[in-house]
Parts: sequence; C-alpha cells; structure tokens
Amino acid sequence: MKIHEYQAKELFKKYNIPVPDGGVAFNFDEAKKIAENLGQFPVVVKAQIHAGGRGKGGGVKLAGSIDEVTGIAGEIIGMNLVTHQTGPEGKRVKKVLVEQGLNIAKELYLSIIPDRATAKIVIMVSEAGGMDIEAVAAETPEKIIKVFIDPLVAIQPYHCREVAFGLNLSSSVMRPFVSMLASLYRLFIDYDCALVEINPLVITAEDVVIALDAKVDFDDNALYRHKDIIEYRDIDEEDPLEVEASKFHLNYIKLDGNVGNMVNGAGLAMATMDIIKLAGAEPANFLDVGGGASAEMVENGFRIMLGDKNVKGILINIFGGILRCDVLAEGVVQAAEKTGITVPVVIRMEGTNVEQGRKILAESGLNLTIAADMKDAAQKVAQLVVG
Amino acid sequence: MSIFVDNNTRLLVQGITGKEGQFHTQQCVAYGTNVVAGVTPGKGGQKMDDIPVFNTVKQAVAQTGANCSMIFVPPAFAADAIMEATDAGVDIIVAITEGIPVMDMIKVKNYMAGAPSRLIGPNCPGIITPGQCKIGIMPGPIHKPGGPVGVVSRSGTLTYEVVHQLTMQGIGQTTCLGIGGDPVNGTDFIDCLDAFEKDPETTGIVMVGEIGGTAEEEASEFITNNVTKPVVGFIAGLTAPPGRRMGHAGAIISGSSGTAQAKIEAMKAGGIHICENLGLFGELCSKVF
Repeated sequence: MKIHEYQAKELFKKYNIPVPDGGVAFNFDEAKKIAENLGQFPVVVKAQIHAGGRGKGGGVKLAGSIDEVTGIAGEIIGMNLVTHQTGPEGKRVKKVLVEQGLNIAKELYLSIIPDRATAKIVIMVSEAGGMDIEAVAAETPEKIIKVFIDPLVAIQPYHCREVAFGLNLSSSVMRPFVSMLASLYRLFIDYDCALVEINPLVITAEDVVIALDAKVDFDDNALYRHKDIIEYRDIDEEDPLEVEASKFHLNYIKLDGNVGNMVNGAGLAMATMDIIKLAGAEPANFLDVGGGASAEMVENGFRIMLGDKNVKGILINIFGGILRCDVLAEGVVQAAEKTGITVPVVIRMEGTNVEQGRKILAESGLNLTIAADMKDAAQKVAQLVVG
Repeated sequence: MSIFVDNNTRLLVQGITGKEGQFHTQQCVAYGTNVVAGVTPGKGGQKMDDIPVFNTVKQAVAQTGANCSMIFVPPAFAADAIMEATDAGVDIIVAITEGIPVMDMIKVKNYMAGAPSRLIGPNCPGIITPGQCKIGIMPGPIHKPGGPVGVVSRSGTLTYEVVHQLTMQGIGQTTCLGIGGDPVNGTDFIDCLDAFEKDPETTGIVMVGEIGGTAEEEASEFITNNVTKPVVGFIAGLTAPPGRRMGHAGAIISGSSGTAQAKIEAMKAGGIHICENLGLFGELCSKVF
C-alpha cells in the first residue's frame, strides 16, 4: 500500500525523524493559512499524489509571498499532473503540502528495502541525492553504498558508521544522522514497510539533517497488524474498478486493451494476458479469481470486467483441479444470466469433469464460444474483437 | 527416482483440522500419500479420519517418525509453524499458505540458514512425485508417473497447465514442484535444477518463471555452468505493467528490474529452449525431450 508524502512525514515525526515545518491543504485558503503560520519565505507547495516525478511535471513550486502561495496552490489543486509514473492520462491533484523552504547545503539519497535475493534488509545511500536513483545505479553504480542487515540481529552501530562515513558526512552532522538512521530502521521494521525512501535527505547550511521528501510503501500482507496505517489509504488514488474488485477479494488490475479476461491463479492469468496479445489483441485487465474460484467470485468478476467500457470481448480461462469444471460451468451460466452479458464470451476450461462442464455451457442457450485449448481460446477472442 | 519426496515420505500436516487442511489431507491420502500425523495446538489426542492429531510438531515427529510437513496454517501464524517444523528437525517443509508478511519470511529464511530442513514455498501448490506421493493442492490425475521430465515453477495453476500439456503429449514427470509466488521463499530454482541434474531418471527439465526479482536470471547462469540436461522455459508477464503486484506478492516489475523480457533473454543466453506461446508448450516439449 502506498501513502502520500505528508502522511509519511507524519509517521517520521512520530519517530523523531526531522522533517520541514508545514501542513497539508485541500484548497488555496488552507494553503494560505499554513504559509502565514510558517511566517517565513520561501515556502514550497508540493502536489500530493501517489507517483514520483512530481517536480518535473510541474507539481512542485516555490512561493516567495502569501499571494504566490495562494496562486500556486490554486493552480496545482485540481490540475491533472502527468509524470513518468502516472501514465499519459495523469492524476488529478486534490491536495498540496505547504512547507518551509530550506537552506540546502547537501542532498543525499537514502532508502531501506527488503532484499529478496539475500533475505536481508538493505540500507541504500548515495551522495547523488535528488536524482533518479535508477539512473545513478545504471550509470555510476560506485556512487551507491549498500549495507545488508540481518533482521534477527537488527541495525548495529557499525552499520550506521559504514553508511555515515560512506556519505563523507562532516563530524558535526554524524550524530544526528546516525540517530535519524536508527529511527528510520525502527519505523521500517515496526510497520512492515516494503520501502522507505528519502530523496533527497538534506543537510542544511546550518548543519541540520532533514527529510525533504518522504516515501513509504507497506507490505499488503502485513496490513492486518497495522490498523492505524489502513486509515492512510486514499481511495481517490486508485482505479474505481480496482477498489470495487478489492471489496470482493478479487485481484484485478485495469489495463488499456479491450479483451477482458478472468482466470484462476496469478501465473496463468499473466500467461493468458500474454497469449491474448500474441493473438493480436490487447488485454483489458488482469483478473485472478483465485485457485478455487467460486460461482460468486465468477459473478463479481463478470460485473467488474463489464464495468470497463473498453471491453469488447471476454475470455475465461479456468484450469479446474480441485474445483470441478461442472461446478464452475454452472457458476458461469448463473453469473452470465444475472449480469446480462452484452459482449461475446469465449470460455476455455480444463481439468476434472471437463466434459460435463462443456455440456452445461453448450446447453445453456447463452452466446458462449467454447475453446479447445489456450491457443484456440486466444485466437477466437481476438477474432471476435479485432474482426 | 524423484527429488525431495517419494514413497518413503511420511507426511504430517500442520493445520490438519482446518477446512482447507482437512480437505487437502484427504485428497493427498486418496492419491496414496502416507499421512502419518496432524498437528493442531489444543487438539492433541483427537483424530482426523484415522490420522492422529498432536499439539506440537516435536510430539508428532517423536511418535510417528514423520519426515515431511505440509503447512495450512493461516498467514499470521505460518512463520511460527515453519520455524516449529524446522526446530523439530523435519526434512522437507512444504508451506502452502498464501499471504505471509515479507518480514516474517525474511526472519524465517535467516532462522533456517544452516538448519538441515528444506522449505518449499510458501504460497505454492506443493510438490508431487506422480504415482508415489502428492504433498499439496495440485490435482493428481493430470500427472503422468514415471518421468522423464522434472517440473519447477513459481506458479500454481500455470504449473497445472504445463503439466497437463506434457501429459497430453505422453511425457511423464519425475517430480513437479511449485517454489511459490512470494518475494522471499525457501527452495529456489537453482536448488531444484541441481537436484534434477543429479537425479538419474530425470532426463529433461521444465522451468516456469514469471516477472519480479532475478531468480530466473541466476538460474540461467547456473544452467550454463552446471546443467547438462535440456531445459524448456516459460516466463509469464510479458504484458504486465511496471510497478503493479500481479496477484503474487513477488510478481512485480520494480523500475527496470524483473521484466519478462530480461528473463527471457537471460534464459536464451543460458541455452534454455524458450516457449513463446503457452498454447504450444506441449508441442515444443515433445520436440526437445
């Protein structure tokens, strides 16, 4: 789960990790009040959306007066912000973070992530702060320092020294930096984070270590033990169909194509999307109804796919193992009758009791095309939508 | 022959009295697996069908000689169950549970380092040596006993699809296993490739990967240097968008890392026969094997 920068900074404050003074505003009036309270200029107005690259897209601006704050806030709130992470359609900005400007002397990069290959926690830092870290990693990997931490032992003073000396920090900021790093590690562990990233972490001309930006992602599997974090979820940042699907525990991701597809199991679902593309069409979604799809899940899946107006045809691909094909076929027929399917549907099913399942589908009187195998299914559905 | 499990496997089931645990235990028994014990804390002394239930894994192992465990414990308690089985000295631990927090698995993985137990999964369909024993949730009848192909995969139903196509071509399997769709798991591709390479009855290997991480790239390098048997590979997720978790917790393209394209290129460079169209998987295998 992703959260906004202002929410991440709230968490930072709980852990005594220094962040600039400021607050979140939903309109220019609120922005003005925050700036007045800050009582100094410049202030920074930052769009709050779940995507990076906000500065380049015009979503982060400096204001030198109260008038400029209201002007800029009014301009950013409501704008459609396009960044390299939002896709071409962009994202509507609904709120801004208004913060004190800082006297920046040095910009650093700092992140903590779980490393899947080594099963350790990695602290990654670089003196090349404020830049796209992927580009730094690709072009100048020597500028990135990685420290691996055994979660059973946790962060040790020598880890912090390795990081701090690696960043060539002056002795005056060493102590506050190390204390900040230890707090950040604690936050990472306490909240089952998938990512904590500060880019840039700033050293000011006054030798203050402060998080200018803040990004925190959480492990969805661990949200059950962090009820306070669930309140940070911002439905506005998600696709409405995906929000609807999540209510029924369906794994649904909306894509740009026109072939809706419903599959049991994530790997087979991805492979089904791939084979649709190979047949000359484009998948409209990823939809995994789980290894043992129930009739109710199939029905909800139909409804969600049909909620996407781009969908011109549907492919259902189910490998029935433990779930018998005859039971599944009955579920599909019921769901199709209830939801009033308006587009052609191709069904491919395989596994236990497949003959009975196909018979139920064929005798249903519904406009269903039955495919022999995966290749046949993809070709049939592609023909139906492409023509 | 086979890898990791065979007809000498004595299975215990952690979470045997739960709905899923009970159902799949019965399916495994029906396939011919020797299920010797169950563990559900607080239900020791009871029976599930004719299988004795114990309070702890240690008790179950001591009294029944179980050497393999299948775990159906809910995600919040699964890490604990895996460590309990490890501590009791169980050889093979198969964790079916989906949705275990990553941090829990990171702890488990570090805890198990140096221990003799092997973890398969989590978030996996399990492992089957056709005709001998089935430990997991896969449908038994789609498999064909007797080899000569070993199958290793990160997926569940996609594995069934691949196995089904092999069987339809008349190609049997030595052992088929899913190593799980989570970012941090126990047994990896390399462990399985190494075991299949050493198993005399396995003469070919099928490897099914997906987007996320770099396990397929590392496996390709291992194949170049250590595997003499032919390998057919498939990667799911060519059309997956970056930054989105595709059902499996581990199936995510992060930045430019973990793409299907990069994996396919690495696998081709490793001499693996890549299947580009899943609909033709069986046909390709019948040519290669």
